[in-house]
Amino acid sequence: MGYAAAPLSDSTGAVKASVPLLEIQGLSKVYNTGRKALDNVSLVIDRPQVVAMIGSSGAGKSTCIRCINRLVEPTSGRILLNGQDVVALDRRELRLARRRIGMIFQEYNLVERLSVMQNVLSGRLGYVGLLSSLRYRFPPEDIRAAFELLDRVGLAGYHDRRADALSGGQRQRVGIARALMQRPDLLLLDEPTASLDPKTSRQIMLLVGELVAERKTPAIINIHDVALAKAHADRIVALKDGVLVFDDIPENLTDSALAAIYGDEDWAAPHSMSEAGA
Amino acid sequence: MTTSAIMHANQAAEWRPPTIFGTRRRRAIVWIGFALYIVWSVTSLDVDAQRILAGIPRAFDILARMFPPNFERWEILLSGMIESIQIAIAASIAGLVLSIPIGICAARNLAPKPIYLAARGLIVAGRTFHEVIIAIFFVKLFGFGPVAGLLTLAFASAIFLGKMLAEDIENMKEGPVEAVRAVGASFGQVIYYAVLPQVIVKSLGVFIYRLDANLRHSTVIGIVGAGGIGQTLSASFSRYDFDFSSAILITIALMVAVGEWFSDWVRRRLR
Repeated sequence: MGYAAAPLSDSTGAVKASVPLLEIQGLSKVYNTGRKALDNVSLVIDRPQVVAMIGSSGAGKSTCIRCINRLVEPTSGRILLNGQDVVALDRRELRLARRRIGMIFQEYNLVERLSVMQNVLSGRLGYVGLLSSLRYRFPPEDIRAAFELLDRVGLAGYHDRRADALSGGQRQRVGIARALMQRPDLLLLDEPTASLDPKTSRQIMLLVGELVAERKTPAIINIHDVALAKAHADRIVALKDGVLVFDDIPENLTDSALAAIYGDEDWAAPHSMSEAGA
Repeated sequence: MTTSAIMHANQAAEWRPPTIFGTRRRRAIVWIGFALYIVWSVTSLDVDAQRILAGIPRAFDILARMFPPNFERWEILLSGMIESIQIAIAASIAGLVLSIPIGICAARNLAPKPIYLAARGLIVAGRTFHEVIIAIFFVKLFGFGPVAGLLTLAFASAIFLGKMLAEDIENMKEGPVEAVRAVGASFGQVIYYAVLPQVIVKSLGVFIYRLDANLRHSTVIGIVGAGGIGQTLSASFSRYDFDFSSAILITIALMVAVGEWFSDWVRRRLR
């Protein structure tokens, strides 16, 4: 409870280096269909950084990110968030842990009939009782924080718009504001730019990078676009068939490394390939 | 003419539109079977042309005695009508309240498997019997009068609205639910913030439709003794007060028309 808001006031994220912010140990997930989506994945994040997770479709990126807040139940392994094993929590404790993990989705996942403000405030649902939330009553400091966040993500004045009246980029900004309302210790972004045009994608990635630096909150971003990942991430990890096959700084993500991740021999010459195909 | 043109002409002459039965042979079998069934059912049900013909003059006689409609006992008519409307409104509201837990439990994407199966079982069982049969049962349980009618329609409405709600919940977008769950919201908050906004408009439309349907049903179930205008109508028929019967029928027709117009109007506004 005490460290829920710590990243805001803490000037040096490295103070807690003895206990990593996030430590994934031997995470595996086998779906009911028998498909093994994750195979013994281990990962440590010990400082605020943008971690881009790349890999082909079906490599397990989405499963991995959803295991961290248990929207998908892991089959085995441990996920230590500030030293606490998320996998071992009961339902109530899990709700408390989820309050500290912000999530941003490809399809924004806003509630379309609610206003922008209601969507942003829903990020605080874990902190208000059921009865207050039924009347959309939130503490004044939450409402103030929501206005500040909307201003920060570039949506000042949009608070009374209905979510379905916004463009894709604006909706994703609302999604980001909702996640930041949680004052999270960790941000999970599941293909946040996959439904956006290239320019808006870059703007969203820049915003995420700035917010990670401002708030000293690490972020894990699933992303298809390798160029965007290299440009905006501090660190790149790659999954192939559920196995972690790459974990390094973007500069070391060479063509041969990409060929190993995506299994494409012609990676170095993609242009000649597309011409041959046409 | 070239050979390919001759071939195409032959193909064109042979081509027939496909039938829904697959082959023409199967189509013939289906039609013959249908004709045999008609013959069998007419003979076995003892459809007697003599009796039907004898009924026609009686129908004219009754129609003649129905005219002009007699509104002299308008007080009985009015009180029966008001009772029917009260039954319909109260039953719709009670049904709405009961349908919410039923609908949530019967939604595959929200309820755990055992609860889901139990709720679906309740819906299937509840839809098996027509309102009139349920009304007969409730009249036996609670005696003649509007209470039996109210309970009948409340039960039927709860099942119907619950089924529609469950289907709406199953068709909603999962994304917002996942997002609200991910911030650490409780089950009640997930329902209120992610599910309700997605289903509320359609559910209100279905509720208004059901209110309109209950208005019509409330006139029928009275015939088996469950209160309302139907009971008055049934009594007038058995006493051969056909002119009063026609007055009641005209009033019911007016009320149903107004109800349908109201229901259409509200649902148009909801969209």
